[in-house]
Amino acid sequence: MVDISREKLLDMLEKMYTIRYFEQKADELFGRGKIHGTMHLSVGQEATAVGSIAPLRPNDYIASTHRGHGHCIAKGADVRRMMAEFLGKETGYCRGRGGSMHIADVEAGNLGATGVVGGGIPTAVGAALASKLAGDDKVTICFFGDGAANLGIFHEGLNLAAIWQLPVVFVCENNQYGMSMPVQKSMPVKDVAERAASYAMPGVVVDGNDVLQVYEAVSEAVQRAREGKGPSLIECKTYRWKGHSKSDQERYRTREEVEAWKKKDPIARFQKWLLEKGIATEEEIEAISARARQIIEDAVAFAETSPEPSPDTIMEGVYAE
Amino acid sequence: MREITYAEAIREALRQEMQRDPRVFLMGEDIGVYGGAFGVTLGLLEEFGSERVRDTPISEGVIAGAAAGAALAGMRPVAEIMFMDFTTLAMEQIVNQAAKTRFMFGGKAQVPMVLRTPAGSGTGAAAQHSQSLEAWFVHAPGLKVVMPSTPYDAKGLLISSIRDNNPVIFVEHKLLYRTTGPVPEEPYTIPLGVADVKREGVDITIIATSIMVTRALAAAETLAKEGIEVEVVDPRTLKPYDDETVNRSVKKTGRVLIVHEAYKTNGFGAEIAARITEGETFFHLVAPVKRLAGLDIPIPYNRTLERHAVPQEEDIVRAARELMAYK
Repeated sequence: MVDISREKLLDMLEKMYTIRYFEQKADELFGRGKIHGTMHLSVGQEATAVGSIAPLRPNDYIASTHRGHGHCIAKGADVRRMMAEFLGKETGYCRGRGGSMHIADVEAGNLGATGVVGGGIPTAVGAALASKLAGDDKVTICFFGDGAANLGIFHEGLNLAAIWQLPVVFVCENNQYGMSMPVQKSMPVKDVAERAASYAMPGVVVDGNDVLQVYEAVSEAVQRAREGKGPSLIECKTYRWKGHSKSDQERYRTREEVEAWKKKDPIARFQKWLLEKGIATEEEIEAISARARQIIEDAVAFAETSPEPSPDTIMEGVYAE
Repeated sequence: MREITYAEAIREALRQEMQRDPRVFLMGEDIGVYGGAFGVTLGLLEEFGSERVRDTPISEGVIAGAAAGAALAGMRPVAEIMFMDFTTLAMEQIVNQAAKTRFMFGGKAQVPMVLRTPAGSGTGAAAQHSQSLEAWFVHAPGLKVVMPSTPYDAKGLLISSIRDNNPVIFVEHKLLYRTTGPVPEEPYTIPLGVADVKREGVDITIIATSIMVTRALAAAETLAKEGIEVEVVDPRTLKPYDDETVNRSVKKTGRVLIVHEAYKTNGFGAEIAARITEGETFFHLVAPVKRLAGLDIPIPYNRTLERHAVPQEEDIVRAARELMAYK
């Protein structure tokens, strides 16, 4: 039995629902032409974001990825400002300059998302280094996908974090594909976590669709990091229900495969557990789901009525004073 | 005033900023016991310890990226990339992460880091240890690019760079490390974006960067004997760039020679030339703007070939004489 308060468990469920509804709404708005560019949805991966971030304290850091909406919401981002960023509005987290791929809130510990695969790994290592040098006990969670694990910068980052024993937890969200490239073809090893051995850090594989398993593994890693025992690598096996991005025709996988993974829905699974353990009733769960829906509706209303950024401000923010 | 070397001036700036601000720390390959490939950081490990003078593995990407991450999280790192050629290995982190972070996050984050790196040829180190790649970085919005030519400038500009809230690429020249000049002992700053007139003159404006300032000043002495008075302007920072000082000089002389070591094609000289000719300064010109730059070749090993690959003092003298033919 995991040691999490009932209040926290229900908050985790609400965050998972908020992520699901946020992305479904974003998908819908895109379909209606309200959002331009592209987006990378993490529907189906809600457990990895929520289970990883739940063990953190509010002032701990995360470094996110191009598939990062879940991380932002799990870190406590204001969904209204996220939706406004999606719609490119001045009230968005990045004043409409970043869009879906670059939501950041550094003061709240969200060091931001990067659109370059693996690009955020050194950022997280650097933030963890800053914590070590400052002598605070903050921990940084570094999210990346299976694709990033084949980049040089992954190895440089893990190596540096290991030799310096930095307080960082590397969370690999292995959703089985680097765009269309399946992990079986892109790596000679079965698990990304095996690579932790090269850096003498714990490498743990968990069921990424089980929020409690993710929570437990990351909690232990966070604890280690906070005690100065260095980094860990947690690999969460999960799956994205949607394509890589909006242009994906999904020629590389079968409908049967997607359907099989949908049966492992992390939200349904968590709910079932909450009911079985008598932690929540059906009515309570429905209320949580309804509240999450309402949060998203409010966010859309806020975003749609927010002003566009003025071209007069286009040069702002390139340089700091 | 006492005279110290360019390398010592850089070291003194690092030491004084580390003493002043506990958030300043150093990281890079062989900067600790070894003292840096060019001896710049000698003694700093003993003074500040291995937490603040951090030897890294040979991992340029994560050196640059972790510096950016630490800066984002409130520190003020000074990272060293041993040769400017090796910034290629860190390009993603410098250009896509460090440079863009502030803007793409809506102006609400800052990355106060300095990336020091030695550039330039003349050491016989051949094609992969001799380049001057500053133009690449000037091309990335969000970065500042600094190129000091004297010990005095090196110290003052480095202190400003460390205190600046943006990512700064600080380009040092290997052949300048042992040159000496007067440098005040106390900390001082030179604002980024202010050019320096290194020599006054009325006939030709030579705009030179880094070691080319030294060569231009030497050429100016030869030319003075022929009655040609050269004004040497050193931009000192390529970004931000001081148009005003340059234009003032060009309006006075009407003749412009731009000298840099980096490849000519798409080099920073092209930008300087364009800036001079696209404004009202154009009407003060009595001769075409002339560029003297590195050849578009990898730097060769052979001493004679290496010398020919980049502008030398005699090339500057010759080019200046040619410009004087225009009346």
